[in-house]
Amino acid sequence: MEPMSWGAIVLQILIQFIPVWIAMIVMFGVSFAFRRKLGLYGQLFDTMIGGIGFALVIFWVFTALFADMIVTHDPLVQVSGMKNKLPGTPVPEGTAGFGYYLLGGDNLARDVFSRMVSGSTIVMQIAPVATLFAFMVGITLGLPAAYFGGTLDTFLSFLANLILAFPVILLFYLLVTPEIVQTGLPTYMAAVLFLFPILFLVVLWNSRYFTQPTKRAVYLAVTLVLGFWIYLGVAWNADPLGLISVPPNILIVFVSVVFVNAPTVFRIVRGIALDIKTRDYVAAAQTRGEGPWYTMLWEILPNARGPLIVDFCLRIGYTTILLGTLGFFGLGLAPESPDWGSTINDGRKLLSIYPHPALAPALALMSLVLGLNLLADGLREESLKD
Amino acid sequence: MLLFILRRIGIMILTALCLTFVVFALTNLEPNLEKLAKTQGNVRMTDEQVATWLEQNGYTDPMLSRYGQWLGVFPGWTREDADGKISGRCISRDVPADIAPQRCGVLQGDWGWSTVLREEVSSVIGKRLGLTGILMFWVMALMVPMALIMGILAGMREGSRLDRSLSTISIATTATPEYVSGVILITVFASSAVGLKWFKGTATSAMDGITFENFTLPVVTIALYGMGYIARMTRASMTEVMTAQYIRTARLKGVSFHNIVLKHALRNALIAPFTVIMLQIPWLLNGVVIVETLFNYKGFGWTLVQAASNNDIELLLGCSVVAVVVVLVTQLISDVGYVFLNPRIRIS
Repeated sequence: MEPMSWGAIVLQILIQFIPVWIAMIVMFGVSFAFRRKLGLYGQLFDTMIGGIGFALVIFWVFTALFADMIVTHDPLVQVSGMKNKLPGTPVPEGTAGFGYYLLGGDNLARDVFSRMVSGSTIVMQIAPVATLFAFMVGITLGLPAAYFGGTLDTFLSFLANLILAFPVILLFYLLVTPEIVQTGLPTYMAAVLFLFPILFLVVLWNSRYFTQPTKRAVYLAVTLVLGFWIYLGVAWNADPLGLISVPPNILIVFVSVVFVNAPTVFRIVRGIALDIKTRDYVAAAQTRGEGPWYTMLWEILPNARGPLIVDFCLRIGYTTILLGTLGFFGLGLAPESPDWGSTINDGRKLLSIYPHPALAPALALMSLVLGLNLLADGLREESLKD
Repeated sequence: MLLFILRRIGIMILTALCLTFVVFALTNLEPNLEKLAKTQGNVRMTDEQVATWLEQNGYTDPMLSRYGQWLGVFPGWTREDADGKISGRCISRDVPADIAPQRCGVLQGDWGWSTVLREEVSSVIGKRLGLTGILMFWVMALMVPMALIMGILAGMREGSRLDRSLSTISIATTATPEYVSGVILITVFASSAVGLKWFKGTATSAMDGITFENFTLPVVTIALYGMGYIARMTRASMTEVMTAQYIRTARLKGVSFHNIVLKHALRNALIAPFTVIMLQIPWLLNGVVIVETLFNYKGFGWTLVQAASNNDIELLLGCSVVAVVVVLVTQLISDVGYVFLNPRIRIS
């Protein structure tokens, strides 16, 4: 068979992404039609930059969701004779899947296109959740540090600066090497870090429904039962029902990314909270006799949401870069995993001769992070307007 | 002012001690030492032999005491064999027991021995830091002026087309980590298959002599990632200054736009970027590690990766001391410099 021409390759890639196009068109149509009723999210479509950023992000979200429909081959299967083949090379007769390697083969004769698409799933599984966890930790510690001040603030700020002064790569090497994993340190860190979301939610409900004991009991019970069930499964891999488990590799990567991000979030939350603390409505809440946690979580936090949402978008992008860095140094994730960082790492050894295996994931990673940054920029502009 | 600097230095020393202790504890964990014993002694050592080896080499002391010895505040360990041979931390073939100093640690300038590169850690680090210093110099020389010019041009007239396009460029460069831009740049400019073949895809030859051909790509790769952020901060600071009252007064007096920007706005707008540039240096360290690995330039970052992946404990400790000190000193300079540059804070 003849190799495909570049035009045919592009066309075929566009065809492969059809589920994503359909989902994006539906999503954009609905959002655009109701954009005036959707608040900040709806205003996003008013600016060009925010719209483009949102489109890029949504593209990768849907790609991650529909990855199984988009891939042309199994991302882990090696097809003999396809090593380092150029884009559009036909696969040998009788191979499962599509008749060509759309973006060529890598140094282990796997399909670059399929690996890039399934890489998005890994990024989308880890990056947003890890960022969310980092935010929970940062908020739970940052609000009291700013609100109470004093020794607590000094101690927590010192701790945060300590972690921030650590070169990120050194930290990754120290946390992710097999010797450290053997001592169980990442598991203990996961055990501590993953307690924070439960703590956050418990304090959140408790302070809100303090005067309605029945409602409070229900909310707390649901949070605690669900929270500890997930906590046991994720952090200790000891889910009594055996439903939830996280591969140890992913857990370590997850923990180190949360650990690196949390101090920065802490500093941001603390800074904003210090500013908002002096406002009149906080004083009003204190005069009413509201408790400190209610004031923090239901007066200060909602008013800090603008900058926090913007930072959340930026931070997902930064987390994606960190995940890529981990993969680039071959740390954490399984060596054959199709995540973008590891794929770039695999491809870089033969970069000057066969650039395509490294180029595809590199461009994918760049477009996702760029999308997140543009989205954050659009959100910032819109939230500054009012 | 003096009190402020002294307090900052005090906190800095405390931070450095905490951080080095964490690194020391993490690199001296049980499994690491076991691995070290096996690489130094014999791969097929039994557990008992490993234990004796560790005891003979002073690795069985408590962690804090070993940290103190490594730092050079506690006297180094010594032990006497059954046949009267004295061995110790500070005693080696060149330095016999009777003239050996009591303490030998980082503070005394004894950084230990690299088991992988088979050289004194201090000489390895000195040599590698020199190579990285050259790289950093060129990165700074390219990045700082470019970023400042971009930021000032964009912030000069907020919302103009120039501002929009420069801001988008700076967002794009901050969204491109070094390992992505490096791959793209190598493909475009150095790949033998499709590229322009203007530059070389490795910087190994740059260690002997820097040429335009072998050093452009690594420098550009690091500079690009850091540039966007500095440019955005400069832009923010510039737009803030341009809306200030005294700029309006100058404009109403009829000062030309050219003069307003260069003589009135620029000096005040450059205070914030100074802090940002100083704080960017620790981030550049990350970029240096990635770029040196990607371009095979054997500087400090490359050494750090080698030490970390080969369980070279003393070299890794040395590297982390340097890295931590670099981070803390730049933080100190940026804090002190900010106070010094900003008259509103300096006078009060």
